[in-house]
Amino acid sequence: MIEIKSVSLVREGQRVLDAIDLSLPKGGITALVGPNGAGKSTLLSLAARLLPLQAGSITIDGLPVSSTPGKVLARKLAILRQDSGPPPRVSVREMVGFGRFPHSGGRMTAEDREMVAQALDRFELTDLASRSLDRLSGGQRQRVMVAMTYAQGSDYILLDEPLNNLDMYHARKLMIELRRLADETGRTIVIVLHDINHAAASADRIIAMKDGRIAADGTPEKIMRTEVLEAIYGFPVEVVDAGGMRLALQYARSGQPRDQARPS
Amino acid sequence: MRDRLLLAVLLCLALMAIAAFMTVNLRGNLAFALELRGIRLAALVTVATAIALSTVVFQTITGNRILTPSIMGLDALYQFGQVALVFALGGLGFVSLSPHLKFGLEAAALMLLAIVILWPALKSRMDLTLMLLAGVVIGGLFRSLTSLVARLIDPQEFAIAQQTMVANFSSPNTELLAIAMFVTLLAGGYVFARRNLLDIIALGRDTAIGLGVEWNRVVLIHLLLVSLLVSVSTALVGPVTFFGLLIAALAERLTPSRRHGRVFVTAMLLGVIVLVGGQTVLQHGLGQASTLSVVVDFVGGLVFILLLLRRRLR
Repeated sequence: MIEIKSVSLVREGQRVLDAIDLSLPKGGITALVGPNGAGKSTLLSLAARLLPLQAGSITIDGLPVSSTPGKVLARKLAILRQDSGPPPRVSVREMVGFGRFPHSGGRMTAEDREMVAQALDRFELTDLASRSLDRLSGGQRQRVMVAMTYAQGSDYILLDEPLNNLDMYHARKLMIELRRLADETGRTIVIVLHDINHAAASADRIIAMKDGRIAADGTPEKIMRTEVLEAIYGFPVEVVDAGGMRLALQYARSGQPRDQARPS
Repeated sequence: MRDRLLLAVLLCLALMAIAAFMTVNLRGNLAFALELRGIRLAALVTVATAIALSTVVFQTITGNRILTPSIMGLDALYQFGQVALVFALGGLGFVSLSPHLKFGLEAAALMLLAIVILWPALKSRMDLTLMLLAGVVIGGLFRSLTSLVARLIDPQEFAIAQQTMVANFSSPNTELLAIAMFVTLLAGGYVFARRNLLDIIALGRDTAIGLGVEWNRVVLIHLLLVSLLVSVSTALVGPVTFFGLLIAALAERLTPSRRHGRVFVTAMLLGVIVLVGGQTVLQHGLGQASTLSVVVDFVGGLVFILLLLRRRLR
């Protein structure tokens, strides 16, 4: 259980997060959606102790993130950030192996190697295993980063826009893989998504953030409504029913009246 | 496979350089000559090790492949401490101070200042362009401060200070050799034992913290070790601005994967080859035509410009 209690954050005089209360029980996929600058990534960063807490508290299975040793927390929770800088010059297998660091301290055991092989297999990277990371495309690299996060073997996995750089095939594949992870291994996955339809298709729960607050919270059925989405994104999003799945048609189509300016 | 072969070749070259250094043009009292050369060899190997390790570690914790401790002016800072000490104590006081005490004081001062100046930048990884700019400014500042203080002191006393201000590979400061070797061994052993941790540090702050690294503590410790190793090499032979960059960039090119275990060993061997081999060639082959530090800085400076032009900043 991830417990977030009255967490606020002010950065350069701007209130980025405003008294967020949230509890994420173990298991399932939770999607965080919302406009740019809503505070989704900041919230993930706080939970993964990449930023120091200013106010409030966050606990992972009862362990406060502010005072638990890094190594202990790293076995509980893994995070994949949006940009992880330029690629280091190591092989794909080595990079995924770095995910085992909290367990191995750099000295890989047979169990660690087994886990790395499994991660490579799961994310279709076995063929690329000995390729150097700086020779991969952006999408391939993104898959390596996800595989590394998975190899960390933590109960909680936080993913910040993992679909960036992925083509349609690999984006879909990753969402299916995450669903399987949640269903088969009981991992808890929190994922920041911009494509609300991916969220609706794969997540158990959607949390929408806006201006540093939680704007909506519920099952995909509850969130995927025109009036709810309009309140979040500031324009009327047409939602259609496509064979039992609710789809948001956020796309610009020619011949449609221009949207009104988005309220700030 | 390829990297084993590479290490074997480098090891052979290093051993050949050492053998040549010890034996070429050997005449007169053998025991005396060998002892003299042995001491100088030990100093050169210590310097090569200290510079190789400090440069690679520094580049890892700052997340760049262009800046080195000497380009950031850490060795100038060490010298500033030295000249300031001459200024404060007077030439006589400086000379009568035990060399070990002086070394200890200067190393401590350098470590303290390095933290005060670099820590804020390292806590959250600074933008590389900004680091580069800061490095040039900081380096320039310390060099000018050193010459300012040098102007303030008595010319006689300046002569004492000056001995330590020019890099000199042919007559290293052997007074401090024992302590320098000891410190290099300790600090080198520590960073080598932590090579796997450094691989994680190289991934950047966020990824490293995500993998359970106590970022601030680890970066602080390694910054202190870098300052210590810089003190060692500067105390032995004086400042060499581009030597660290030269061997780190070469090691980077030569190793197929940037794992610290490999990069450390490669950079150290390259350092020994360049220093010991270069010194032998200049001294015996070219008859002291030039000093090694000038050649090393010239070649290293070219590498620096090349790296900047090719923009492989990482």
